[in-house]
Amino acid sequence: MFELFMALAEPNRLQIVELLVNEPCTVLDIADRLSLRQTQTSKHLRVLREAGLVSVEVAGQHRRYSLEPKRLKELDNWLVKYRRLWDDRFEQFDRVIADINHQENQNDSKSKQRKREK
Amino acid sequence: MTLKASNEKERNSTSLEFSGDRQICIRRRFNAPAHIVFRTWVEPQFVRQWWAPKSQQVEMVVCRASVQVGGTFRYVIRDMAGQEFAFSGVYHEIVPSKRLVYTQCFEPMSEEGKVEITVSFFEHAGCTDVESVETYASKEALQAALSAGLEHGMRDSLQQLEELLAHSLLS
Repeated sequence: MFELFMALAEPNRLQIVELLVNEPCTVLDIADRLSLRQTQTSKHLRVLREAGLVSVEVAGQHRRYSLEPKRLKELDNWLVKYRRLWDDRFEQFDRVIADINHQENQNDSKSKQRKREK
Repeated sequence: MTLKASNEKERNSTSLEFSGDRQICIRRRFNAPAHIVFRTWVEPQFVRQWWAPKSQQVEMVVCRASVQVGGTFRYVIRDMAGQEFAFSGVYHEIVPSKRLVYTQCFEPMSEEGKVEITVSFFEHAGCTDVESVETYASKEALQAALSAGLEHGMRDSLQQLEELLAHSLLS
């Protein structure tokens, strides 16, 4: 998982991934669309490939890069898990505050009742 | 005091956001006034009831806290395999019902340094919005925490990616 995060932590690489979501691209396409140098783009693509995020396909003279949905799915699973940790915690939190609210309300009405009795 | 019914079906949603490369912000609304939410957030008698999510099959085995400036806390959770993970830290600022600043260390990864956490409580109309901002010692510390996958956050760019994923190829 770590290399996946490292690969995506770089803003240009994330932009490349976003671009590839739409369609497979060549290095030139990517460099052009993101205004990057071709050598720089190739370096980023190598990191993404090593992280298993993109695959390459040779089509004639060109190499076309596309996303590996399986790997992205792993990341998605992780994010879902992480959000769920907090969500589940807070669901329990809701129950705790509901109990306290309930108790406070009971105490309130008891003390009002006592005042009335006096 | 106006309170929403405790059996309200609608559940408030949790938001995660990433700011800069070493900060994560968690936001959530609670249907109770700030003094209650604040106490629930810090007092061990309450923390032990919510901090370890049962649905994820972890239990809280230690929950100690001395809630005062300079005081310490230690939380230990145990997973199904019996493995225990400890979190500990020190309170730096306590403004009841409003603000809490503390450091937290995930003990198995203590070499990554401490996380500074600032929790703010905003009450309006009987509800409380809580914002918890976690600041990691470095970008690397955040990334290490990410890869450990237990507790910690993400960069803002990953937030965008998540949205992207939700709307595109994974459906």
